[in-house]
Amino acid sequence: MFSWTKAEDDAVMARLDLVHQTLAAQGKLGPALRLLPTTAATSVRKGEEPLVLDGPFVETKEQLLGFYVVDFESLDEALETAKALSRANPGIGGYEVRPIRLFLPGQSLAHAEAGGEAR
Amino acid sequence: MSGLEGFDGALAAARPRAVGALLRYFRDLDAAEEAFQNACLRALSTWPRTGPPRDPAAWLILVGRNSGIDAARRRARETPLPPDEVLSDLGDVETPLAERLDDADYRDDILRLLFVCCHPQLPATQQIALALRIVGGLSVAQIARAFLVSEAAMEQRITRAKARIAQADTPFETPGPAERAERVGAVAAMIYLIFNEGYSASGAAAPLRATLCGEAIRLGRLLLRLFQAEPEIMGLVALLLLQHARAAARLAPDGEIILLDDQDRSLWDQGMIAEGRALIEKAARHGRLGAYQIQAAIAAAHAQARSPEATDWTRIDQLYRLLEQVQPSPVITLNRAVAVAKRGDLEGALALIEPLEGRLGGYFHFFGVKGWLLMELGRPAPAREAFNRAIALAGAAAEAAQIRRHLDRLAGHA
Repeated sequence: MFSWTKAEDDAVMARLDLVHQTLAAQGKLGPALRLLPTTAATSVRKGEEPLVLDGPFVETKEQLLGFYVVDFESLDEALETAKALSRANPGIGGYEVRPIRLFLPGQSLAHAEAGGEAR
Repeated sequence: MSGLEGFDGALAAARPRAVGALLRYFRDLDAAEEAFQNACLRALSTWPRTGPPRDPAAWLILVGRNSGIDAARRRARETPLPPDEVLSDLGDVETPLAERLDDADYRDDILRLLFVCCHPQLPATQQIALALRIVGGLSVAQIARAFLVSEAAMEQRITRAKARIAQADTPFETPGPAERAERVGAVAAMIYLIFNEGYSASGAAAPLRATLCGEAIRLGRLLLRLFQAEPEIMGLVALLLLQHARAAARLAPDGEIILLDDQDRSLWDQGMIAEGRALIEKAARHGRLGAYQIQAAIAAAHAQARSPEATDWTRIDQLYRLLEQVQPSPVITLNRAVAVAKRGDLEGALALIEPLEGRLGGYFHFFGVKGWLLMELGRPAPAREAFNRAIALAGAAAEAAQIRRHLDRLAGHA
Protein backbone atom coordinates (compact mmCIF):
# COMPACT_ATOMS: atom_id res chain seq x y z
CA MET A 1 0.00 0.00 0.00
CA PHE A 2 2.98 2.31 0.42
CA SER A 3 3.64 2.27 -3.30
CA TRP A 4 0.17 3.45 -4.25
CA THR A 5 -0.03 6.50 -6.43
CA LYS A 6 -2.06 9.39 -5.11
CA ALA A 7 -4.94 8.52 -7.46
CA GLU A 8 -5.02 4.90 -6.24
CA ASP A 9 -4.78 6.09 -2.67
CA ASP A 10 -7.64 8.56 -3.10
CA ALA A 11 -9.79 5.85 -4.67
CA VAL A 12 -9.19 3.47 -1.75
CA MET A 13 -9.82 6.22 0.80
CA ALA A 14 -13.10 7.08 -0.92
CA ARG A 15 -14.23 3.45 -0.74
CA LEU A 16 -13.20 3.17 2.90
CA ASP A 17 -15.06 6.38 3.65
CA LEU A 18 -18.35 4.77 2.59
CA VAL A 19 -17.84 2.11 5.24
CA HIS A 20 -16.83 4.78 7.77
CA GLN A 21 -20.01 6.73 7.07
CA THR A 22 -22.18 3.72 7.77
CA LEU A 23 -20.47 3.12 11.09
CA ALA A 24 -20.52 6.80 12.00
CA ALA A 25 -24.26 7.04 11.27
CA GLN A 26 -24.78 4.20 13.75
CA GLY A 27 -22.72 6.06 16.36
CA LYS A 28 -20.18 3.24 16.39
CA LEU A 29 -17.07 4.77 14.85
CA GLY A 30 -14.30 5.64 17.30
CA PRO A 31 -10.83 6.85 16.29
CA ALA A 32 -9.25 5.36 13.16
CA LEU A 33 -5.59 5.61 12.25
CA ARG A 34 -3.25 4.83 9.45
CA LEU A 35 0.29 4.14 10.62
CA LEU A 36 3.60 4.77 8.94
CA PRO A 37 5.45 1.57 7.91
CA THR A 38 7.28 -0.56 10.44
CA THR A 39 10.62 0.84 9.21
CA ALA A 40 9.60 4.14 10.85
CA ALA A 41 9.05 2.43 14.22
CA THR A 42 11.30 2.53 17.29
CA SER A 43 10.87 0.12 20.18
CA VAL A 44 11.48 0.26 23.92
CA ARG A 45 12.10 -3.12 25.49
CA LYS A 46 11.35 -3.48 29.18
CA GLY A 47 14.20 -4.35 31.51
CA GLU A 48 16.32 -3.10 34.40
CA GLU A 49 17.06 -0.11 32.20
CA PRO A 50 14.58 0.08 29.28
CA LEU A 51 16.38 -0.51 25.99
CA VAL A 52 15.69 1.55 22.87
CA LEU A 53 15.86 -0.40 19.59
CA ASP A 54 15.32 0.60 15.98
CA GLY A 55 12.49 -1.10 14.22
CA PRO A 56 9.27 -2.76 15.31
CA PHE A 57 8.75 -5.64 17.69
CA VAL A 58 9.59 -8.45 15.32
CA GLU A 59 8.86 -11.55 17.37
CA THR A 60 5.57 -12.76 16.00
CA LYS A 61 4.74 -14.58 19.21
CA GLU A 62 4.43 -11.29 21.04
CA GLN A 63 0.92 -9.99 21.35
CA LEU A 64 -0.45 -6.54 20.88
CA LEU A 65 -2.09 -5.91 24.23
CA GLY A 66 -3.13 -2.32 23.77
CA PHE A 67 -2.06 1.05 22.53
CA TYR A 68 -1.96 4.75 23.29
CA VAL A 69 -2.56 7.63 20.92
CA VAL A 70 -0.46 10.58 22.11
CA ASP A 71 0.48 13.84 20.41
CA PHE A 72 4.25 14.13 21.00
CA GLU A 73 6.51 16.95 19.90
CA SER A 74 9.41 14.65 19.10
CA LEU A 75 10.53 11.04 18.97
CA ASP A 76 12.67 11.63 22.08
CA GLU A 77 9.63 12.76 24.02
CA ALA A 78 7.75 9.64 22.90
CA LEU A 79 10.65 7.39 23.90
CA GLU A 80 10.92 9.03 27.34
CA THR A 81 7.23 8.33 27.88
CA ALA A 82 7.62 4.74 26.69
CA LYS A 83 10.46 4.29 29.20
CA ALA A 84 8.31 5.79 31.98
CA LEU A 85 5.53 3.35 31.08
CA SER A 86 8.02 0.48 31.10
CA ARG A 87 9.24 1.38 34.58
CA ALA A 88 5.65 1.74 35.82
CA ASN A 89 4.79 -1.69 34.41
CA PRO A 90 7.93 -3.83 34.55
CA GLY A 91 8.07 -7.41 33.31
CA ILE A 92 8.36 -8.72 29.80
CA GLY A 93 7.52 -7.10 26.48
CA GLY A 94 7.80 -3.44 25.72
CA TYR A 95 6.43 -0.54 23.74
CA GLU A 96 6.65 0.21 20.06
CA VAL A 97 6.60 3.88 19.07
CA ARG A 98 4.95 4.08 15.68
CA PRO A 99 4.30 7.43 13.97
CA ILE A 100 0.76 8.00 12.75
CA ARG A 101 0.27 9.01 9.15
CA LEU A 102 -3.43 9.82 9.27
CA PHE A 103 -5.66 10.23 12.33
CA LEU A 104 -9.43 10.34 12.20
CA PRO A 105 -10.70 11.19 15.69
CA GLY A 106 -14.20 9.72 15.17
CA GLN A 107 -16.85 9.92 17.89
CA SER A 108 -16.47 9.34 21.58
CA LEU A 109 -18.14 6.02 22.18
CA ALA A 110 -20.91 5.53 24.72
CA HIS A 111 -19.86 1.90 25.37
CA ALA A 112 -16.11 2.35 25.31
CA GLU A 113 -15.48 -1.09 26.87
CA ALA A 114 -16.89 -2.70 23.72
CA GLY A 115 -13.86 -1.32 21.88
CA GLY A 116 -11.62 -3.44 24.06
CA GLU A 117 -12.29 -6.45 21.91
CA ALA A 118 -9.50 -5.60 19.54
CA ARG A 119 -6.56 -7.94 20.02
CA MET B 1 -6.87 -13.60 -1.66
CA SER B 2 -8.58 -14.41 -4.93
CA GLY B 3 -7.32 -15.33 -8.37
CA LEU B 4 -3.77 -15.14 -9.62
CA GLU B 5 -3.40 -11.42 -9.01
CA GLY B 6 -3.05 -11.95 -5.29
CA PHE B 7 -0.40 -14.59 -5.88
CA ASP B 8 1.54 -12.25 -8.17
CA GLY B 9 1.90 -9.87 -5.24
CA ALA B 10 3.13 -12.66 -2.96
CA LEU B 11 5.62 -13.86 -5.57
CA ALA B 12 6.98 -10.36 -6.11
CA ALA B 13 7.34 -9.78 -2.37
CA ALA B 14 9.16 -13.09 -1.92
CA ARG B 15 11.47 -12.51 -4.86
CA PRO B 16 14.55 -10.87 -3.26
CA ARG B 17 14.63 -13.41 -0.42
CA ALA B 18 14.07 -16.40 -2.68
CA VAL B 19 16.45 -15.41 -5.50
CA GLY B 20 19.04 -14.42 -2.89
CA ALA B 21 18.87 -17.84 -1.22
CA LEU B 22 18.91 -19.64 -4.59
CA LEU B 23 21.98 -17.66 -5.62
CA ARG B 24 23.76 -18.80 -2.46
CA TYR B 25 22.79 -22.35 -3.30
CA PHE B 26 23.58 -22.45 -7.03
CA ARG B 27 26.29 -19.76 -7.05
CA ASP B 28 25.14 -18.68 -10.47
CA LEU B 29 22.71 -15.88 -11.30
CA ASP B 30 21.14 -17.55 -14.33
CA ALA B 31 20.59 -20.80 -12.48
CA ALA B 32 19.09 -18.95 -9.51
CA GLU B 33 16.74 -16.97 -11.73
CA GLU B 34 15.67 -20.00 -13.71
CA ALA B 35 15.01 -21.96 -10.54
CA PHE B 36 12.93 -19.07 -9.20
CA GLN B 37 10.90 -18.91 -12.42
CA ASN B 38 10.23 -22.63 -12.24
CA ALA B 39 9.16 -22.33 -8.62
CA CYS B 40 6.80 -19.50 -9.54
CA LEU B 41 5.19 -21.59 -12.28
CA ARG B 42 4.75 -24.40 -9.80
CA ALA B 43 3.27 -21.97 -7.28
CA LEU B 44 0.75 -20.66 -9.76
CA SER B 45 -0.45 -24.19 -10.49
CA THR B 46 -0.39 -25.36 -6.86
CA TRP B 47 -1.42 -22.43 -4.68
CA PRO B 48 -4.90 -21.86 -6.15
CA ARG B 49 -5.65 -25.45 -5.09
CA THR B 50 -3.89 -25.60 -1.72
CA GLY B 51 -3.95 -21.95 -0.74
CA PRO B 52 -0.74 -19.95 -0.44
CA PRO B 53 1.83 -21.30 2.02
CA ARG B 54 2.49 -19.58 5.32
CA ASP B 55 5.96 -18.54 4.18
CA PRO B 56 5.91 -18.14 0.39
CA ALA B 57 9.65 -17.39 0.16
CA ALA B 58 10.61 -20.60 1.99
CA TRP B 59 8.31 -22.60 -0.27
CA LEU B 60 9.75 -21.02 -3.42
CA ILE B 61 13.31 -21.61 -2.23
CA LEU B 62 12.76 -25.29 -1.63
CA VAL B 63 10.82 -25.89 -4.84
CA GLY B 64 13.29 -23.76 -6.79
CA ARG B 65 16.21 -25.65 -5.34
CA ASN B 66 14.74 -29.01 -6.29
CA SER B 67 13.86 -27.86 -9.80
CA GLY B 68 17.36 -26.50 -10.22
CA ILE B 69 18.83 -29.79 -9.10
CA ASP B 70 16.64 -31.66 -11.59
CA ALA B 71 17.78 -29.34 -14.34
CA ALA B 72 21.43 -29.77 -13.41
CA ARG B 73 20.97 -33.53 -13.35
CA ARG B 74 19.46 -33.48 -16.81
CA ARG B 75 22.36 -31.41 -18.07
CA ALA B 76 25.09 -33.58 -16.61
CA ARG B 77 24.06 -37.17 -15.95
CA GLU B 78 27.52 -38.17 -14.91
CA THR B 79 27.59 -35.87 -11.87
CA PRO B 80 26.86 -37.63 -8.60
CA LEU B 81 23.39 -37.08 -7.14
CA PRO B 82 22.94 -34.57 -4.36
CA PRO B 83 22.10 -35.96 -0.92
CA ASP B 84 18.65 -37.42 -0.47
CA GLU B 85 17.38 -34.89 2.04
CA VAL B 86 17.75 -32.14 -0.54
CA LEU B 87 15.59 -34.05 -2.97
CA SER B 88 12.95 -35.09 -0.47
CA ASP B 89 9.29 -34.80 -1.34
CA LEU B 90 7.65 -31.41 -1.13
CA GLY B 91 4.67 -32.50 0.92
CA ASP B 92 5.95 -31.58 4.37
CA VAL B 93 8.43 -28.85 3.58
CA GLU B 94 6.63 -25.86 4.74
CA THR B 95 6.62 -25.50 8.48
CA PRO B 96 10.02 -26.87 9.47
CA LEU B 97 11.78 -25.04 6.69
CA ALA B 98 10.21 -21.75 7.63
CA GLU B 99 11.47 -22.26 11.16
CA ARG B 100 14.99 -23.13 10.05
CA LEU B 101 15.59 -20.22 7.75
CA ASP B 102 15.83 -17.22 9.98
CA ASP B 103 16.15 -13.57 9.16
CA ALA B 104 19.93 -13.54 9.55
CA ASP B 105 20.34 -15.95 6.62
CA TYR B 106 18.00 -13.94 4.48
CA ARG B 107 19.75 -10.74 5.36
CA ASP B 108 23.08 -11.78 3.91
CA ASP B 109 21.39 -13.50 0.95
CA ILE B 110 19.51 -10.39 -0.07
CA LEU B 111 22.49 -8.17 0.56
CA ARG B 112 24.67 -10.45 -1.60
CA LEU B 113 22.09 -10.38 -4.38
CA LEU B 114 22.05 -6.59 -4.32
CA PHE B 115 25.79 -6.40 -3.97
CA VAL B 116 26.41 -8.68 -6.95
CA CYS B 117 24.48 -6.20 -9.08
CA CYS B 118 26.68 -3.28 -8.08
CA HIS B 119 29.93 -4.97 -8.95
CA PRO B 120 32.60 -2.26 -9.45
CA GLN B 121 33.51 -3.64 -12.89
CA LEU B 122 30.01 -2.93 -14.18
CA PRO B 123 29.21 0.53 -15.55
CA ALA B 124 26.44 2.29 -13.62
CA THR B 125 23.82 1.72 -16.34
CA GLN B 126 24.44 -2.03 -16.24
CA GLN B 127 24.32 -2.09 -12.44
CA ILE B 128 20.95 -0.41 -12.46
CA ALA B 129 19.50 -2.58 -15.22
CA LEU B 130 20.68 -5.73 -13.49
CA ALA B 131 19.30 -4.73 -10.09
CA LEU B 132 15.92 -3.86 -11.58
CA ARG B 133 15.79 -7.17 -13.42
CA ILE B 134 17.20 -9.51 -10.78
CA VAL B 135 16.10 -7.96 -7.50
CA GLY B 136 13.15 -5.83 -8.59
CA GLY B 137 11.81 -8.47 -10.97
CA LEU B 138 10.94 -5.89 -13.63
CA SER B 139 10.63 -7.35 -17.12
CA VAL B 140 13.29 -6.55 -19.72
CA ALA B 141 10.58 -4.70 -21.68
CA GLN B 142 9.76 -2.51 -18.67
CA ILE B 143 13.41 -1.65 -18.07
CA ALA B 144 14.01 -0.99 -21.77
CA ARG B 145 11.08 1.45 -21.81
CA ALA B 146 12.43 3.29 -18.78
CA PHE B 147 15.83 3.68 -20.43
CA LEU B 148 14.43 4.53 -23.87
CA VAL B 149 16.28 1.70 -25.59
CA SER B 150 14.97 -1.25 -27.56
CA GLU B 151 14.14 -4.47 -25.76
CA ALA B 152 16.89 -6.26 -27.68
CA ALA B 153 19.49 -3.69 -26.63
CA MET B 154 18.44 -3.98 -22.99
CA GLU B 155 18.43 -7.78 -23.16
CA GLN B 156 21.99 -7.60 -24.47
CA ARG B 157 23.03 -5.13 -21.78
CA ILE B 158 21.72 -7.41 -19.05
CA THR B 159 23.26 -10.52 -20.61
CA ARG B 160 26.61 -8.76 -20.82
CA ALA B 161 26.40 -7.67 -17.20
CA LYS B 162 25.61 -11.20 -16.10
CA ALA B 163 28.54 -12.58 -18.09
CA ARG B 164 30.87 -10.14 -16.40
CA ILE B 165 29.59 -11.13 -12.99
CA ALA B 166 29.97 -14.82 -13.77
CA GLN B 167 33.66 -14.18 -14.49
CA ALA B 168 34.18 -12.09 -11.39
CA ASP B 169 34.62 -13.58 -7.95
CA THR B 170 31.33 -13.40 -6.15
CA PRO B 171 31.85 -13.61 -2.40
CA PHE B 172 29.65 -16.42 -1.09
CA GLU B 173 30.99 -16.79 2.42
CA THR B 174 29.16 -14.94 5.19
CA PRO B 175 30.65 -11.43 5.30
CA GLY B 176 32.40 -10.04 8.33
CA PRO B 177 31.17 -6.78 9.89
CA ALA B 178 33.56 -4.56 7.90
CA GLU B 179 32.75 -6.25 4.58
CA ARG B 180 29.07 -6.12 5.38
CA ALA B 181 29.26 -2.38 6.05
CA GLU B 182 31.12 -1.90 2.78
CA ARG B 183 28.48 -3.85 0.84
CA VAL B 184 25.68 -1.90 2.46
CA GLY B 185 27.39 1.32 1.39
CA ALA B 186 27.80 0.15 -2.22
CA VAL B 187 24.19 -1.05 -2.39
CA ALA B 188 22.92 2.23 -0.94
CA ALA B 189 24.83 4.15 -3.62
CA MET B 190 23.30 1.96 -6.33
CA ILE B 191 19.79 2.51 -4.99
CA TYR B 192 20.42 6.25 -5.04
CA LEU B 193 21.58 5.93 -8.65
CA ILE B 194 18.37 4.13 -9.62
CA PHE B 195 16.35 6.88 -8.00
CA ASN B 196 18.28 9.59 -9.82
CA GLU B 197 17.71 7.89 -13.16
CA GLY B 198 14.00 8.31 -12.54
CA TYR B 199 14.18 11.69 -10.86
CA SER B 200 16.30 13.44 -13.45
CA ALA B 201 14.02 12.45 -16.33
CA SER B 202 11.87 15.01 -18.07
CA GLY B 203 9.76 15.18 -21.20
CA ALA B 204 7.79 12.29 -22.60
CA ALA B 205 9.96 9.73 -20.82
CA ALA B 206 9.29 11.15 -17.38
CA PRO B 207 6.17 9.14 -16.47
CA LEU B 208 7.85 5.89 -17.56
CA ARG B 209 10.96 6.62 -15.57
CA ALA B 210 9.00 7.49 -12.47
CA THR B 211 8.79 3.69 -12.06
CA LEU B 212 12.49 3.82 -11.24
CA CYS B 213 11.87 6.18 -8.31
CA GLY B 214 9.22 3.87 -6.90
CA GLU B 215 11.47 0.87 -7.39
CA ALA B 216 14.40 2.63 -5.68
CA ILE B 217 12.19 3.41 -2.68
CA ARG B 218 11.09 -0.22 -2.55
CA LEU B 219 14.71 -1.41 -2.58
CA GLY B 220 15.66 1.22 0.00
CA ARG B 221 12.91 0.01 2.33
CA LEU B 222 14.08 -3.55 1.78
CA LEU B 223 17.62 -2.59 2.77
CA LEU B 224 16.33 -0.68 5.79
CA ARG B 225 14.31 -3.68 6.99
CA LEU B 226 17.51 -5.73 6.83
CA PHE B 227 19.62 -3.09 8.59
CA GLN B 228 17.18 -1.41 10.92
CA ALA B 229 19.76 0.37 13.06
CA GLU B 230 21.81 1.92 10.25
CA PRO B 231 21.31 5.72 10.37
CA GLU B 232 22.61 6.32 6.85
CA ILE B 233 20.11 3.84 5.39
CA MET B 234 17.36 5.66 7.28
CA GLY B 235 18.78 8.85 5.77
CA LEU B 236 18.80 7.38 2.27
CA VAL B 237 15.19 6.21 2.43
CA ALA B 238 14.16 9.54 3.98
CA LEU B 239 15.92 11.42 1.17
CA LEU B 240 14.21 9.37 -1.53
CA LEU B 241 10.79 9.76 0.09
CA LEU B 242 11.14 13.50 0.61
CA GLN B 243 12.22 14.03 -3.01
CA HIS B 244 9.58 11.72 -4.41
CA ALA B 245 6.90 13.41 -2.28
CA ARG B 246 7.10 16.30 -4.75
CA ALA B 247 6.64 14.07 -7.81
CA ALA B 248 3.06 15.09 -8.59
CA ALA B 249 4.00 18.78 -8.50
CA ARG B 250 7.33 18.53 -10.34
CA LEU B 251 6.15 17.86 -13.87
CA ALA B 252 3.83 19.83 -16.11
CA PRO B 253 1.34 17.87 -18.26
CA ASP B 254 3.85 17.97 -21.14
CA GLY B 255 6.49 16.37 -18.89
CA GLU B 256 8.54 19.54 -18.44
CA ILE B 257 10.06 20.11 -15.03
CA ILE B 258 8.40 22.69 -12.76
CA LEU B 259 10.97 24.38 -10.54
CA LEU B 260 10.61 24.24 -6.77
CA ASP B 261 9.49 27.87 -6.37
CA ASP B 262 6.70 27.42 -8.92
CA GLN B 263 5.32 24.10 -7.64
CA ASP B 264 1.81 23.71 -6.26
CA ARG B 265 2.73 22.61 -2.76
CA SER B 266 -0.73 21.20 -2.07
CA LEU B 267 0.21 18.37 -4.44
CA TRP B 268 3.13 17.26 -2.28
CA ASP B 269 2.53 13.86 -0.70
CA GLN B 270 2.22 14.51 3.04
CA GLY B 271 2.43 10.82 3.90
CA MET B 272 5.86 10.49 2.32
CA ILE B 273 6.98 13.72 3.96
CA ALA B 274 5.84 12.46 7.37
CA GLU B 275 7.65 9.17 6.84
CA GLY B 276 10.83 10.91 5.67
CA ARG B 277 10.84 13.19 8.68
CA ALA B 278 10.21 10.30 11.07
CA LEU B 279 13.21 8.47 9.61
CA ILE B 280 15.45 11.53 9.93
CA GLU B 281 14.47 11.85 13.57
CA LYS B 282 15.19 8.17 14.19
CA ALA B 283 18.56 8.44 12.49
CA ALA B 284 19.53 11.53 14.49
CA ARG B 285 19.31 9.54 17.74
CA HIS B 286 22.40 7.61 16.67
CA GLY B 287 24.56 10.74 16.58
CA ARG B 288 26.38 9.51 13.46
CA LEU B 289 25.73 12.09 10.79
CA GLY B 290 26.32 11.22 7.15
CA ALA B 291 25.73 12.61 3.68
CA TYR B 292 22.34 10.93 3.14
CA GLN B 293 21.01 12.15 6.48
CA ILE B 294 22.11 15.72 5.79
CA GLN B 295 20.67 15.74 2.28
CA ALA B 296 17.44 14.32 3.68
CA ALA B 297 17.35 17.09 6.30
CA ILE B 298 17.74 19.69 3.52
CA ALA B 299 14.90 18.09 1.56
CA ALA B 300 12.82 18.08 4.76
CA ALA B 301 13.48 21.80 5.31
CA HIS B 302 12.04 22.48 1.84
CA ALA B 303 9.17 20.04 2.36
CA GLN B 304 8.13 21.73 5.60
CA ALA B 305 7.88 25.21 4.08
CA ARG B 306 4.31 26.03 3.16
CA SER B 307 5.50 28.61 0.61
CA PRO B 308 8.88 29.42 -0.97
CA GLU B 309 9.07 32.53 1.26
CA ALA B 310 8.55 30.44 4.40
CA THR B 311 11.70 28.38 3.72
CA ASP B 312 14.18 28.33 6.61
CA TRP B 313 17.28 29.33 4.63
CA THR B 314 19.45 29.78 7.71
CA ARG B 315 18.93 26.12 8.55
CA ILE B 316 19.55 25.07 4.95
CA ASP B 317 22.78 27.11 4.94
CA GLN B 318 23.90 25.28 8.11
CA LEU B 319 23.04 21.91 6.62
CA TYR B 320 24.97 22.60 3.42
CA ARG B 321 27.90 23.71 5.55
CA LEU B 322 27.81 20.29 7.26
CA LEU B 323 27.48 18.54 3.92
CA GLU B 324 30.53 20.41 2.59
CA GLN B 325 32.53 18.97 5.50
CA VAL B 326 31.31 15.41 4.98
CA GLN B 327 31.45 15.46 1.19
CA PRO B 328 33.36 18.48 -0.19
CA SER B 329 32.21 19.36 -3.71
CA PRO B 330 31.87 22.60 -5.69
CA VAL B 331 28.21 21.81 -6.47
CA ILE B 332 27.44 21.66 -2.75
CA THR B 333 29.18 25.01 -2.23
CA LEU B 334 27.10 26.43 -5.08
CA ASN B 335 23.94 25.20 -3.37
CA ARG B 336 25.07 26.72 -0.11
CA ALA B 337 25.62 30.03 -1.87
CA VAL B 338 21.94 30.03 -2.88
CA ALA B 339 20.95 29.53 0.77
CA VAL B 340 23.35 32.30 1.86
CA ALA B 341 21.83 34.65 -0.70
CA LYS B 342 18.27 33.71 0.22
CA ARG B 343 18.93 34.51 3.85
CA GLY B 344 20.03 37.99 2.74
CA ASP B 345 23.80 37.95 2.17
CA LEU B 346 24.14 38.46 -1.60
CA GLU B 347 27.75 39.70 -1.46
CA GLY B 348 28.77 36.75 0.69
CA ALA B 349 27.10 34.36 -1.74
CA LEU B 350 28.91 35.86 -4.75
CA ALA B 351 32.24 35.67 -2.94
CA LEU B 352 31.50 32.01 -2.23
CA ILE B 353 30.92 31.01 -5.84
CA GLU B 354 33.50 33.10 -7.65
CA PRO B 355 36.37 30.68 -6.92
CA LEU B 356 34.26 27.82 -8.38
CA GLU B 357 34.17 29.04 -11.98
CA GLY B 358 37.20 27.00 -13.00
CA ARG B 359 35.56 23.74 -11.94
CA LEU B 360 31.94 24.56 -12.77
CA GLY B 361 32.58 26.37 -16.06
CA GLY B 362 30.39 23.87 -17.97
CA TYR B 363 27.56 23.78 -15.47
CA PHE B 364 24.21 25.43 -16.19
CA HIS B 365 23.34 26.10 -12.56
CA PHE B 366 26.61 27.87 -11.86
CA PHE B 367 25.88 30.60 -14.41
CA GLY B 368 22.20 30.68 -13.48
CA VAL B 369 23.07 31.37 -9.84
CA LYS B 370 25.85 33.80 -10.72
CA GLY B 371 23.59 35.79 -13.04
CA TRP B 372 20.83 35.86 -10.45
CA LEU B 373 23.21 37.13 -7.73
CA LEU B 374 24.62 39.84 -10.00
CA MET B 375 21.11 40.86 -11.03
CA GLU B 376 19.96 41.11 -7.41
CA LEU B 377 23.10 43.13 -6.63
CA GLY B 378 22.16 45.63 -9.36
CA ARG B 379 24.89 44.76 -11.86
CA PRO B 380 22.93 44.11 -15.06
CA ALA B 381 25.78 43.90 -17.57
CA PRO B 382 27.74 41.01 -15.97
CA ALA B 383 24.41 39.43 -14.99
CA ARG B 384 23.34 39.33 -18.63
CA GLU B 385 26.64 37.81 -19.61
CA ALA B 386 26.24 35.02 -17.03
CA PHE B 387 22.63 34.36 -18.08
CA ASN B 388 23.66 34.05 -21.71
CA ARG B 389 26.22 31.44 -20.79
CA ALA B 390 23.59 29.64 -18.68
CA ILE B 391 21.11 29.50 -21.58
CA ALA B 392 23.75 27.92 -23.77
CA LEU B 393 24.18 25.16 -21.17
CA ALA B 394 20.51 24.62 -20.23
CA GLY B 395 19.24 21.04 -20.44
CA ALA B 396 15.53 21.17 -19.67
CA ALA B 397 13.19 23.70 -21.28
CA ALA B 398 12.08 24.94 -17.85
CA GLU B 399 15.67 25.86 -17.04
CA ALA B 400 16.07 27.95 -20.18
CA ALA B 401 12.65 29.54 -19.66
CA GLN B 402 13.59 30.60 -16.15
CA ILE B 403 16.75 32.29 -17.40
CA ARG B 404 14.80 34.02 -20.16
CA ARG B 405 12.43 35.44 -17.54
CA HIS B 406 15.45 36.91 -15.75
CA LEU B 407 16.80 38.36 -18.99
CA ASP B 408 13.40 39.91 -19.74
CA ARG B 409 13.43 41.48 -16.31
CA LEU B 410 16.89 42.91 -16.95
CA ALA B 411 15.76 44.26 -20.31
CA GLY B 412 12.77 45.91 -18.60
CA HIS B 413 15.11 47.78 -16.27
CA ALA B 414 17.56 48.82 -18.95
